[in-house]
Amino acid sequence: MERSTTDVLVLGGGSTGCGIARDLALRGLEVTLVERGNLTHGTTGRMHGLLHSGGRYAVSDRASARECIAENRILREIAGHCVEQTGGLFVKRPEDPDDYFEQKLRGCRDCGIPAEVLSGTEARALEPYLAPDVERAIRVPDGAVDPFRLCVANAMDAEAHGARIETHAEVVDLLREGEEVTGVRVRHDSGPGKRTHLRPGTTEEITADYVVNATGAWAGNVAALADLEVAVRPSKGVMTIMNVRQVDTVINRCRPKGDADIIVPHETTAILGTTDEEVSDPDDYPEERWEVDLVIDQLAELVPILREARTIRSFWGVRPLYEPPGTATVDPTDITRDFFLLDHAERDGVTGIASIVGGKFTTYRAMAEEIADHVCAALGVSARCETAERPLPGSENLESVLERMDAFGLRSPIARRSADRLGSRAPDVLECDGPNPVLCDCEGVTRAEVRDAIAASGTDLNAVRIRTRASMGNCQGGFCCRELAQELHPDHGHEVTMAALADLFTERWKGQRHALWGEQLSQAMLTYALHAATLNRDRADDGPLEFGTFDAGPDRGGETGVPVADGGPEGSGPHGRERTRGGRGGD
Amino acid sequence: MVAVAIEDDVLVVGGGLAGLTAALAAADTGARVRLISHKRSTLRHASGLIDVLGYGPDGRGPLVDPFEALESLPETHPYARVGSEIVREALHFFDAVVGDAYGGCHTTANALVPTADGTVKPTARYPASVAAGLASDARATLLVGFETVTDLNAPLVAAGLEASGVPFPVRGETVPFPGGLRDDATRTRYARALDQDERVEAGSVRVRTALAEAIRSLLRPADRRLGLPALLGLENAAVVRRDLEERLGVAVFELPTGPPSLPGERLERLLFDALEAAGVRVTTGVPVVDFETESDDPTRIARVFVDRNGARVPHRAYEYVLATGGLVGKGIRSSRAGVREPVFGCPVAHPDERIEWSAAAPFGEHAFARFGLETDGWLRPLETDGSPVFANLRAAGAVLGGYDFPAECSGSGVSLATGYAAGREAGLEVSA
Repeated sequence: MERSTTDVLVLGGGSTGCGIARDLALRGLEVTLVERGNLTHGTTGRMHGLLHSGGRYAVSDRASARECIAENRILREIAGHCVEQTGGLFVKRPEDPDDYFEQKLRGCRDCGIPAEVLSGTEARALEPYLAPDVERAIRVPDGAVDPFRLCVANAMDAEAHGARIETHAEVVDLLREGEEVTGVRVRHDSGPGKRTHLRPGTTEEITADYVVNATGAWAGNVAALADLEVAVRPSKGVMTIMNVRQVDTVINRCRPKGDADIIVPHETTAILGTTDEEVSDPDDYPEERWEVDLVIDQLAELVPILREARTIRSFWGVRPLYEPPGTATVDPTDITRDFFLLDHAERDGVTGIASIVGGKFTTYRAMAEEIADHVCAALGVSARCETAERPLPGSENLESVLERMDAFGLRSPIARRSADRLGSRAPDVLECDGPNPVLCDCEGVTRAEVRDAIAASGTDLNAVRIRTRASMGNCQGGFCCRELAQELHPDHGHEVTMAALADLFTERWKGQRHALWGEQLSQAMLTYALHAATLNRDRADDGPLEFGTFDAGPDRGGETGVPVADGGPEGSGPHGRERTRGGRGGD
Repeated sequence: MVAVAIEDDVLVVGGGLAGLTAALAAADTGARVRLISHKRSTLRHASGLIDVLGYGPDGRGPLVDPFEALESLPETHPYARVGSEIVREALHFFDAVVGDAYGGCHTTANALVPTADGTVKPTARYPASVAAGLASDARATLLVGFETVTDLNAPLVAAGLEASGVPFPVRGETVPFPGGLRDDATRTRYARALDQDERVEAGSVRVRTALAEAIRSLLRPADRRLGLPALLGLENAAVVRRDLEERLGVAVFELPTGPPSLPGERLERLLFDALEAAGVRVTTGVPVVDFETESDDPTRIARVFVDRNGARVPHRAYEYVLATGGLVGKGIRSSRAGVREPVFGCPVAHPDERIEWSAAAPFGEHAFARFGLETDGWLRPLETDGSPVFANLRAAGAVLGGYDFPAECSGSGVSLATGYAAGREAGLEVSA
């Protein structure tokens, strides 16, 4: 078994874990982060991508609202290439309560959230597909954020500052000596380092001065490995992805609470959310049709064209909700969205470990700062947090990026989209020898960008996907999965390339199953026909074939059947017509 | 007063392989035939290969003899509906129509064709451009792909074929395509450059010459054939291929690709030419939007209406063939509420729960792959009570249900057999 040591071990590669790793690495600590799947594999990769203005909490939880607007402003600065400043609307339908609208407005203003009232007409001038009976709206600085890009940028910066980031490394045990946690045992799915399919797995013991359990909805399972109890209350929610942006502004419904009340424009898509149902196991819960139908039908009350629009996928995420023992809230929608730092020394008398639960994506940085402060205090380190000022990789000097894009010979929509994704890394990534064709047409991702992602993530094409958005558009990888996989060759052999392809293809398939009607079902049939009939990929392991028994062509002596002279049995063919086609044969 | 309608004996709705075959087969009986199509057919999505049956109902295969297994198909399978003799007849009919543009008619055995993914797939008929590449042919092979043609990676295809145990040595190389095409040029654009033998390198050289030169240095003395992505011309494909063969001294073949598929487009053109030669009248770009039954006989379709730039134009015929395609061609449509056949409203059986429309694994047993119309032995679509929807309506091709063509490798064969049967029966009905 391999062994290693580090100052701080962070468990979980979501936004919280990556944020903590970056923060601590910038403070000069030696950090190792382990994640059982890809970065963002848990809840971070399964959210609607809303960058809160705080408006959503302005009535019910003003502390959260204030924190959101503060972090919203910070992220626009340090993570500009992950954020789209779409703005947001809280829209009111005739049946939504007037007094709540007034409370929302007052709450925003009290919390320092810029808020402007629009008439229904003004709101529809901004978003023409809003329902004609929408009465009023409050405009707030909500935004859209790419959680994948943000998470990866944090991990990338942590690595640049000496951190070790291990994905596909599942914690199989916490090492506990008496009343102290000293590290973990992890199982590397394909050995340590970048993922390579089919490479045998290994196990490793990593000891650390301090362990941070940032596994969110899975924090209870991980803590239990050291006989610690963390009562997370995981709650599932569905998100349904539309194939185009019906709105360019975040649309929230202005009513006290309820499911299915938000639409977030995200890259080329719009994401509808969501539901809120407590589940017992964050890895195994039902994904139900009524949830998809509910978000479409309810949100169609705000944006009627959604009712018949094309969806490309639905996915479920699990909120890592937590409340202190004894609170016992019944309805999961009432459980606080605040985060909790559980210091197990204080709580359970076990030193060397803390668990982080609850919280929300928009304030991941502030959470990470508080936790990093705690870790530094526990280790007696005094170092200042820099994450609020230092831009993430890709967000440095963003203003000049587009000006420099002309140099790369890309058609302008491709260039613009590449620049949006890569930010200030664009010149480094796109500067390449040889031609740079587009591999993913739906999202406009070029070969250079795919190769850059492969360099960072090995044969894990799902990691390439979250870095580039390749395979996340209309065809859901039907056309481009193979093209992504082919970039692994010849650095990796045929077998590894095909295994990596199968992984991505399977992942892309799963989420489509809840979107299969209309155009997307047609797309699924086309994809199935292409892969199973034209490419015969469904039968790639037919086993040894007797090639000699099949047709080798008329002149090759391989025929096994009865030769047919011309045209077949009497009277069955249009013999006269055949001759009129003279001269066209052979193509 | 009865409105005058454009009148034919047989009206075929749909311009894909099934519709084209039905129209040809009906015309062959001497009937007066019209084919109406709306959008471009799905032939450009398909490989251009004519699969009959690659795998048996139990998944056994690849089958050497597709005809042997026809007898074991369940009775709801379209092949079982028409009977194996009709499948053979339909293939002979196809062979006569396409002549030497297709190979495979000298044997009843399937051929194994190398795919763009490095697998081999069983098929009964293959375009002439594919013929030299068969996997049972033992000639040493060089595959060449292009840096900017991104859905075929020749070294990877070669590695895949090797892994499949093909009986020939095979290598793959990647070269730049000569000339200044854009990095994201379409496959059709490459085909046009080769068709027209465009000038490259500031006009000093022709593209076919430049391509042959780029490949020449990669060929080894033992190499006997050269495989390229299927983009070797559209109009002049035979000339392009022969030109390369003469320059390089090896047989040249194409590896079929996904859409846009040049072999599929060539087949479409060839069949439309055959329609013209057979005197079939063709109306394209118009959807059928409505129909009426006979006033004195609700079991017979009296006429259909097409939408031509907003005008409702009636077409009357004695017999109708519905060949509008499956889910891809939109002959079968679906919504959150269910699955339907949009032209005549024929019932389409499907599970109530949407999640059961598909299987959990990407290549699992998908119910959606079998969505389509149930018919009787005359290919007349059936009501849920088992009676024909209309006495003078037959269905052919992917609009039919009860078969999973990607799994079976049976797509073109079913279109041919049912198109042939429906068209021929409709034609004979009229002349009877």
